[in-house]
Amino acid sequence: MGTELTRAVINGILGGGIYALMAVGLTLIFGVLDIINIAQGVMVILGAYLSYALSVHLHLDLFLGLLITVPAMFVIGVIIQVAFIRPLHGSERTSMSLLASYAVAIIIEGALYLFFGPNYVTLNASYVNKSVYLLGFHLPYIDLYGFALAVVLVAAIYVMLYRTTFGRSIRATMQDRTAAMLVGVDVNRVAALTYGIGVAVTAAGGMIFGASGGGFNPNSGYDLISRLLALIILAGLGSIGGALVASMFMLTLESIVDIWQPNWSIAVFYAALVLVLLIKPTGLFGRQAARAQ
Amino acid sequence: MTGQASPPAGQAAAAGARHRKSVGWPAGRAAQAGLIVLALVAVVIFPLAFTNQQVSTIAFLTLIFVCAAVAWNLFSGYSGYISLGHAVFFGSGAYAAGIAARDWHITGTAEFALLPFAAVVAALIAVPFGLVALRVRRHTFVVITIAIFFIFQLMAFNLTGLTNGTIGLNAPFLLWDPVSFDQRFYYMALVLALGTVAISWLIKGSRFGLQLRAIRDDEDRAASLGVRAMPVKLTAFVISGGITGLAGALWFFFINQVLPQSGFDPLFDLTVALMAFLGGLGTVTGPMLGALIIEPAQQYLTTQFSNSYLSQILLGALFLAVVLFLPRGLIPTVAAKGSGWLEQRRGRQDVPATGEDGDGGADGTDAGIGSPAEAGTSAAADAGSGDTSAPAATSKGPAS
Amino acid sequence: MTALLSTAGIAKAFGGVQALDDCSVEVQEASITGLIGPNGSGKTTLFNVITGYERPDAGQVQFAGRDITGYAPQRVFAAGIGRTFQLTRIFPRLTVLENMIVAAQHTGDGSRRFRNPLARAGGAADRRRAMELLDFTGIAAHAGKLAGTLSYGQRKLLELSYVLVADPAIVLLDEPAGGVNPSLVNQLSQRIRELNAAGKTFLIVEHNMEFVMGLCHHIAVLDYGTVVAAGPPSDIRDDPRVLDAYLGTAEDDDEPAA
Repeated sequence: MGTELTRAVINGILGGGIYALMAVGLTLIFGVLDIINIAQGVMVILGAYLSYALSVHLHLDLFLGLLITVPAMFVIGVIIQVAFIRPLHGSERTSMSLLASYAVAIIIEGALYLFFGPNYVTLNASYVNKSVYLLGFHLPYIDLYGFALAVVLVAAIYVMLYRTTFGRSIRATMQDRTAAMLVGVDVNRVAALTYGIGVAVTAAGGMIFGASGGGFNPNSGYDLISRLLALIILAGLGSIGGALVASMFMLTLESIVDIWQPNWSIAVFYAALVLVLLIKPTGLFGRQAARAQ
Repeated sequence: MTGQASPPAGQAAAAGARHRKSVGWPAGRAAQAGLIVLALVAVVIFPLAFTNQQVSTIAFLTLIFVCAAVAWNLFSGYSGYISLGHAVFFGSGAYAAGIAARDWHITGTAEFALLPFAAVVAALIAVPFGLVALRVRRHTFVVITIAIFFIFQLMAFNLTGLTNGTIGLNAPFLLWDPVSFDQRFYYMALVLALGTVAISWLIKGSRFGLQLRAIRDDEDRAASLGVRAMPVKLTAFVISGGITGLAGALWFFFINQVLPQSGFDPLFDLTVALMAFLGGLGTVTGPMLGALIIEPAQQYLTTQFSNSYLSQILLGALFLAVVLFLPRGLIPTVAAKGSGWLEQRRGRQDVPATGEDGDGGADGTDAGIGSPAEAGTSAAADAGSGDTSAPAATSKGPAS
Repeated sequence: MTALLSTAGIAKAFGGVQALDDCSVEVQEASITGLIGPNGSGKTTLFNVITGYERPDAGQVQFAGRDITGYAPQRVFAAGIGRTFQLTRIFPRLTVLENMIVAAQHTGDGSRRFRNPLARAGGAADRRRAMELLDFTGIAAHAGKLAGTLSYGQRKLLELSYVLVADPAIVLLDEPAGGVNPSLVNQLSQRIRELNAAGKTFLIVEHNMEFVMGLCHHIAVLDYGTVVAAGPPSDIRDDPRVLDAYLGTAEDDDEPAA
């Protein structure tokens, strides 16, 4: 029992790191653009498929493949933002961007079905299935490497946000778009680049997700985005630290619940979400509602 | 008012007897009424004229979506809270009917007695759903609706004792020949669709509807003026959910089967939202128009391209196009252009920004009662119309 | 004479900033009281506390003999206090008339009469009253227009109109003259005087000194969240503490400030 629990906790932490990566991207996009990027889930899957294609057709190592997929996804993200999100204006802007994002998600999913078919695929690397014996457990290498990558990327985002000029522009835009414009921040550029970053991390997340999970198909995006959304709402929209904490915690919790009730472990996510929202509608670390609706 | 200065009131009273004026020409009203009657007649004789099963299936499904889209808009369009979880109600209605039919051994035409039951079940689900979801900001609200949707889909898959899991449930058998089957279902769906439109229209012009729209514009301000936001939102949510549940049950009886992924289909929500957006969010007839355009198109595409993925891509692309190019939807855009054109023809300068069309102020500007002519007072109606006898000093306010 | 509205010892802090500090203000019935002070002195915060948009950390708000501290905005409204906002809050996608009807539907007559929600919005009586008020404030010509299309000054008038619909005993105006052209400001003054002559009480936050001095019977001066001076305009005009508050004390000034 104790070992099972410990194992669950370890799995939870490892998984939490990956979800943290994707959730951070999502909440960053929200903070800067004030939109909920529903397409994030399917973009993770897109990233996974890109890694898959590179791995299967070009026999590229998964991690090396990231050197291609991450920039590619970044560019895709920027294009999507500029083409479909930026032009939206008017009082219904937030709802419209939500729907635009949903529409983009549907399109990408359809395209993935078209190119790759509905069958489940997995990402394979020579070391994916090998494990290291650590602390009395067999931990797959891929999980560890994936976790390490996630940590590195989240740290990189943190450094960017707090140590670079661009990061400062991002934070300024998050706090007050108008004020940021007044001090010379090119908010449009910041928005586009932030969206690109948010999407780019999904490429990495996608690779890890595809390699460590059981398998995926274009439909997997739904489950993913619903978890991610639950996570960032739970954490409080726009709170990056919160996304981190929430991811680790919820994944661990789910992992533990999984021991007893595998079919319902996902319900834990939503139950927690509902519970938190009943008590604190802005989320655990959310700012008090300062924006006008 | 505490004993107010009377000159303005006197003016208002003096002009109270002014006759009602439309923006369009007087014959316009008659023409509109005529068109509506014509449309109704066409719609009623439709299934008698076209008995091709494929056509009547598409017709039925279209009507179901008209109902669903109008019901969705009744809540999301009027209140501004975009729900992407209405499939919860649709599926719950379908499953409620299916479970009840199975457990209570209901057969044959008795199954239709379950329709109100399904509506009630869906409405009851809407209550706790709404109580949780409506306390939060709009961003969060959308996400909660999505989350709840997934919970329900999950329950449908996993509570196999209740829902039969992936096997799904079947509707009771009806001893009707195919043509009668299609026709009868068509008429039932027609009644449902028209009824929903009527309810939507009633709400739009009512006190309740005004409160909803005020909430949409500025919920806090509305609350500070005494509008009780939560009960108002919840009521709209429950009505919307109940109707959607009814539609789901009727759909279930027609299709004969419900599965977790068909009853709780994520594309349902997107489709319904798209229909409302395309037609005009917040208008009465907009979602209906949207459904009339999109559903047949979607069905047609799935038959043409056996590849349903392509139709999915097209659906998404269409949605994107609507959001980008027709943000207000068809009806408001057309109404605005239409009244602009009318203005030019008549040479009027100061026409109130409310387009008048057949459904009582259906353009996106939502002038349910804003037309000053309806208010029966002078001050607004004679602005720029030149045929008033009220003194020239109508407005005391300088244009500022 | 007990004041119609009074606050006693209100304190409110936002993070490290003490917005209101032992703030006590009295508004006599049927008076027009002005609330002035430099930017950041806490005027709008005080309004927010009175009308329920903020909870005070300490202190009380009394209205017509009742303690209304901490009441939610709709309760405050129902109690008979109307309030406008600096950045006007109206319903942009409803017409001007509809804006009025929303307020009219809930005339604070105190009773919980059940009003049929499905009734057509705005019965004849409501509309007449709405148009009367719109005539009074001078924007009746725009009744059919979307409120969002109004100019800033017109919106202020609209806000004033629908605050008046409920016939509140006291109206709190937050910078009614700000950003409004001078002839309109005069008109506003006149309207306020007319309403006041009929018995309505006003508490007005304003920066426009001419407006305030000319209109108000009584003025309270806020600085750093507390009242530093109060009295009729003639007193306030010459009070050195007021000058200090606005301009600051000169560095080589020998006299202690206040």
